[in-house]
Amino acid sequence: MNDADFIFSSDFWSWWIIALTLGNILACWWLLIWTSKPRPGEAAVGEVTGHVWDETLEEYNNPLPRWWLWLFNITIVFALVYLTLYPGLGKYRGILGWTEEKQWQAEVDAAKKRYEPIFARYAKVPVAALAKDPDAVKIGRRLFLNYCAVCHGSDAGGGPGFPNLTDNDWLHGGTPEAIEKTILDGRQGAMPAWEPILGKDGVDKVAEYVMSLSGRPVDQAKAAEGKKIFQQNCVACHGPDGKGNQAIGAPNLTDNIWLYGGSPGTIRKTIAKGRNGRMPAHRDFLGEEKVHLLAAYVYSLSHKQ
Amino acid sequence: MSHEVVEKNVGLLAVIIFLVVSVGGLVEIVPLFFLKSTTQPVEGVEPYSPLRLAGRDIYIREGCYVCHSQMIRPFRAETERYGHYSVAGEFVYDHPFQWGSKRTGPDLARVGGRYSDQWHRIHLINPRDVVPDSVMPGFPWLAKNKLDPSLIQRKMRVMNKLISMTCNGCRTYTEEEIANAPKQLEGKTEMDALIAYLQGLGTDIKTRR
Repeated sequence: MNDADFIFSSDFWSWWIIALTLGNILACWWLLIWTSKPRPGEAAVGEVTGHVWDETLEEYNNPLPRWWLWLFNITIVFALVYLTLYPGLGKYRGILGWTEEKQWQAEVDAAKKRYEPIFARYAKVPVAALAKDPDAVKIGRRLFLNYCAVCHGSDAGGGPGFPNLTDNDWLHGGTPEAIEKTILDGRQGAMPAWEPILGKDGVDKVAEYVMSLSGRPVDQAKAAEGKKIFQQNCVACHGPDGKGNQAIGAPNLTDNIWLYGGSPGTIRKTIAKGRNGRMPAHRDFLGEEKVHLLAAYVYSLSHKQ
Repeated sequence: MSHEVVEKNVGLLAVIIFLVVSVGGLVEIVPLFFLKSTTQPVEGVEPYSPLRLAGRDIYIREGCYVCHSQMIRPFRAETERYGHYSVAGEFVYDHPFQWGSKRTGPDLARVGGRYSDQWHRIHLINPRDVVPDSVMPGFPWLAKNKLDPSLIQRKMRVMNKLISMTCNGCRTYTEEEIANAPKQLEGKTEMDALIAYLQGLGTDIKTRR
């Protein structure tokens, strides 16, 4: 029950509920009394009624056992007490004023009172220092398992399309501030699809060159042609040396760490079709204090003493 | 009226039983059609876009509701994990609603925006690629099946009927929206539609977990 649950389009419906509910309770009560009274022509209490089944099975006219009758009476009293204390009768809110919303709020307030000082204390400590506090890292790890592991893996090792957070290789920067900002506001990758511009052949050549950047054996002639294409099209984001640009999340292509996979086929696909990875924003979901602890945990993964 | 009369006339007995049983529905169901919280959309809640409406039908066809609920109860344990508890006004455009009653998987009432489209794509094709201990089946055919744009206009008209019957504070699809709907579905796969549906779930109420 929330506050809006008491507002009907007309009072008729409130009275409808009240009349039917109370009418039914009264009818049950009346039925109990009415059926316990002897009727003319009926067998006396304790005598057989005259109904016979299966040759010898007879029915006695016995009253309902007392305890059973009292159970009925008690349910009627319970219903009336309940409907007085709690909402149930149309617009009437009950003496206690209870709603689901208030009960939830009380639960939340109690938890806040308990946990807020803890989060507030950690919020004042810088991320790099928190990453050395075992308790803070433990809390951060639990938050991570709850909210982050679904993409980054329970060991934070990532997967194709989801960055590894343990290797100190960063798309958007690995400073405490950058990590915190990444979690709070999210990130949007934007690698355009190059096949429509470069053609299949061009993509092949650039892929050869890109693989040569991390010292992999490649077809030198193709790579040399790929370099020309790279210099014309790719340097704006990935830089003339292919070392990337953390300000715009362009990956370093020289370190042999591949977000989507480093096989020749996958690299060609990345160039041809583009990639648009997205890290969702968590500011509204988690709040800054929890993100602060999460950042500390993530930072600790690549800064072990 | 004697007990014997009722007992010996099946028709009369049936009528009386029907009257008694219907009281529950008359008190607990009928007034809901006249309650503000069930007939007024929450601010920002709009009819499903054609693509999301098509995705919703995929959700129902594949039986997602068998394992996923879309109903966050007002308990702290739930609101911490899933977000703000569900309210009736969020479901005014849901015919039928997808509240569900079993959670083999997590609740999806506010899954919108929590993961990237790419994550959903990988996860729907083979859930174990991203969640190693998941028991969810894969739905790889969704990525191959193309949507059939020829049905969407009829669906939207049926929705308009259902909406206007049950929700006086709601808006129905305009003729223009219905006319443009098939275009929006062209070339899309069932996967695209389902992800669009999921990415919009529960995003109209935002609160901290």
